[in-house]
Amino acid sequence: MPQSLHYMKETASQTAGPYVHIGLAPKAAGFDIYKRELGWDIAGPNAKGERIRIEGSVIDGMGAPIKDALLELWQANSEGNYAHPQGGAGVEEGFRGWGRVITDFTTGVWSVETIKPGTTMDSRGKPQAPHITLWLVARGINVGLNTRLYFSDEAEANAADTVLNMIEWENRRATLIAQRSLRDSKPVYRFDIRLQGEAETVFFDI
Amino acid sequence: MTTPEQFYQRDWSIHPPAYSPGYKTSVARSPSYSKISLDNSVGELTGPVFGHSDIDTGDNDLLTNFAQPGQSPIGERIILHGRVLDENARPVPNTLVEIWQANAGGRYRHKKDTYLAPIDPNFGGCGRTITDETGAFAFRTVKPGAYPWRNYVNNWRPAHIHMSVFGSGFAQRLITQCYFQGDPLIPICPIVQTIPDPDAIEQLTATLDLNATIPLDSVAYKFDIVLRGRRSTLFENRLEGN
Ligand SMILES: [Fe+3]
Repeated sequence: MPQSLHYMKETASQTAGPYVHIGLAPKAAGFDIYKRELGWDIAGPNAKGERIRIEGSVIDGMGAPIKDALLELWQANSEGNYAHPQGGAGVEEGFRGWGRVITDFTTGVWSVETIKPGTTMDSRGKPQAPHITLWLVARGINVGLNTRLYFSDEAEANAADTVLNMIEWENRRATLIAQRSLRDSKPVYRFDIRLQGEAETVFFDI
Repeated sequence: MTTPEQFYQRDWSIHPPAYSPGYKTSVARSPSYSKISLDNSVGELTGPVFGHSDIDTGDNDLLTNFAQPGQSPIGERIILHGRVLDENARPVPNTLVEIWQANAGGRYRHKKDTYLAPIDPNFGGCGRTITDETGAFAFRTVKPGAYPWRNYVNNWRPAHIHMSVFGSGFAQRLITQCYFQGDPLIPICPIVQTIPDPDAIEQLTATLDLNATIPLDSVAYKFDIVLRGRRSTLFENRLEGN
């Protein structure tokens, strides 16, 4: 036997199950336990940039909305900085850039209020189109799924984005683009995630 | 500003495949196409930072965090403790660990759980904490009960505690389940069996830790969690074309 490398193995993932709300969003499970639930305020009051709403559903292989999913979002501020010591040039007071949201038990729709993120750099210092990193868990999902949400009003930046261009099947790139519309003159983006089937969302091994 | 180091490529051979027909719900919820592999950019290398202002000190004590004053939940009192490490065996400090579980009868405090075992009025079933500088965490709780679930007609979940961990970058985000040493339901659980690697299942099994018990009070189990490790730069590498 040659020498051992002494690396440890990552702990295996297991499904979040149907009762994920108890741990991560207890109010939704039906009880009040923590003084502060985490992840409901992504941008805070001082964030610069355009205030937006994003909503969508998560659709299974039968075409049915999933009503027990939990999503987390991780995004930069409008200047492309993340709220992390190594995330760039700093962010506004109260800007966290992290959100946690569940799909509604009745409608299956999730929604968040945030600000539109700015341009960030990829690992080789090339600009990336504005996007939000998404992570999705639910009963029946064995390992959390990673994807990205891009914005339909950023056509030029999207066309130049390295990650979008890496997707060989051009028609699948559209699955990552949230569609902008105006509701009461406020911008609302629609982003549906399809786990399976004809328009299956692109998922990433990050 | 220095850019955080990239993560090691994930070893998918230890994780359950998305499509695991023995766990029926996975069938319609599993993507069919291969994932697209990404170089980590700053959005994957960084992640949310949590601090002690986010949580309260008693949040990791499930014996008291939902109990009426002077009361405590029914069940076997346990301490669940361990460390969050990475694949380089280095501690992951200051990271958020959140748990949730059924009560000692196997019933969840959730409006969708209709199992006939009773709700315990003194047990909420969730807790959270932030690891210390050595990556250590501890919870006090009751050992959860096994419960039946609809998959095949006679499937039972082994006693388990659901655990959610962040790490220092979003690519380390992990949800898993902690099982207990010696539980005969572990090898016949379809959710456990989604994991192809027997060693990975052992790694999800907490060990009785007599040295960490509180005599005449609570028995202890040890459960370490390993997140993805980061590369270290041995030589400055100039990427082709740069
Ligand atoms: Fe469970």
